[in-house]
Amino acid sequence: MIEPSAEEVATEDSPQLTKQQAVVNLQCSDLSLRYYAAWWLGKFRVDSPEVVDALVVALEDEADRTELGGYPLRRNAARALGKLSDNRAVPGLIKCLECSDFYVREAAAQSLEMLGDARAIPALLRLLDGGVAAAVNVPGRPHLVQPYEAVLEALGAIGSTVAGTQDIVELIEPFLQHPVIRVQCAAARAMYQLTSKPEYGELLVKVLQSDDLKLRRMALSDLGAIGYFHAADNIAIASVENSFKLIALKGLLEHQLQNEQALTLNDNAIKLMQIMDSLL
Amino acid sequence: MIADTQNLIRAVTEADSSARMVSAVENLASVRDTAAIPTLIAVFGYNNPAAAVIAVKGLIELGEVAVPQLLEQIDEYNYGARAYSIRTLAQIAHPHALDLLLEAAETDFAPSVRRAAAKGLGYLQWHKLDDSERATAQTKALATLLSITQDADWAIRYAAVVGLQELAKIPQLKQEIAAKFSQMRANDAALSVRARIALAQEKAVS
Repeated sequence: MIEPSAEEVATEDSPQLTKQQAVVNLQCSDLSLRYYAAWWLGKFRVDSPEVVDALVVALEDEADRTELGGYPLRRNAARALGKLSDNRAVPGLIKCLECSDFYVREAAAQSLEMLGDARAIPALLRLLDGGVAAAVNVPGRPHLVQPYEAVLEALGAIGSTVAGTQDIVELIEPFLQHPVIRVQCAAARAMYQLTSKPEYGELLVKVLQSDDLKLRRMALSDLGAIGYFHAADNIAIASVENSFKLIALKGLLEHQLQNEQALTLNDNAIKLMQIMDSLL
Repeated sequence: MIADTQNLIRAVTEADSSARMVSAVENLASVRDTAAIPTLIAVFGYNNPAAAVIAVKGLIELGEVAVPQLLEQIDEYNYGARAYSIRTLAQIAHPHALDLLLEAAETDFAPSVRRAAAKGLGYLQWHKLDDSERATAQTKALATLLSITQDADWAIRYAAVVGLQELAKIPQLKQEIAAKFSQMRANDAALSVRARIALAQEKAVS
């Protein structure tokens, strides 16, 4: 998952770009300028057809390679495209799910989640091939063979928007038993989104008691993302910085307010705001 | 009694582990003796969050009597310690902390401090000021809260709304706050902030 950053970092020390310059830089001979331009376009959400076109071209870049065969520019382009809400990027990102570079596949899955396009479902499911038995660590690398967390989260988020997801549920459920807790959490999160069953929300609530602060923060972020209201009191007392709790409660609150044009506040929404007030 | 407190203070200064520090601060805070104030404030600088939280609570229980020393002993060089001081002052809510809370709400670099200060600006106990000072102080609090309703961080804007809701109980300020709420409710980018405004409108300005 993407580590939630509660305290925004100032970016005043970055070189100033313009949209035109960034698009030009994506094709220039200086690889570091290309890399920076792709990051910059995503960071400042410069959303226009020509930007999307240029970033989609960058998804096929061959010039910028790491020693281990990674594709830094493709990673940044894939990340940026998730932040621009233009679904013309979807086919290119789906293709990236087959890239040899793990981090390109991870970035593509995260961005496909943000774009929420159901066309990505079959390609995402293919990354779960072999199930939990195949979901092992790559020897000598700090990651599993596939970006399971990102894939499961994307399937949960996108799957919840379409009908007939029983096959997706069946493929995801075994990952609740994966040995890596972060993968279990991603599976619980997706299962909750796909089934609305509280037992999956409760699995995440349990992680709020973990000894590991990073896991507790991650569980907060997951609960916020799925808007699991019954976690509110546990979020309030979790041993995590208030900034993270506020972000999670914001997720719960906005889930309560979905489809509310007139902002009529139900009792749940009022309770959530009372808790948020107490955390200021 | 005085001798007891001195022993408890010594226990804090001599604590040689995090757990001993926590229990020593707990013991010191529980006697509610004003002689403990400087030591409790000093705990903010020990980089021991559990102990600091207990010291904050102890100082809040002591209340107004701790305010002058909290103001004098602000640590300009340790932002962690400063954050605890400002949170404590915001909760004791004595208006002598006004200038410090104004500055913290506008310019502190830690969002958690800014949120605490923003909420605190709404809840100051204005009746403790002289009639001559009160209106000016309230106007300053209002101006700062209105200015941070434009902040880029949604949680700072949320805290500003919480402060403004309380400030709207002051008849002379109510109209301006109501106008700001209407404008924010139509324009704020964050759904949660708009919802908090809807609640504030129900509670304060309807």
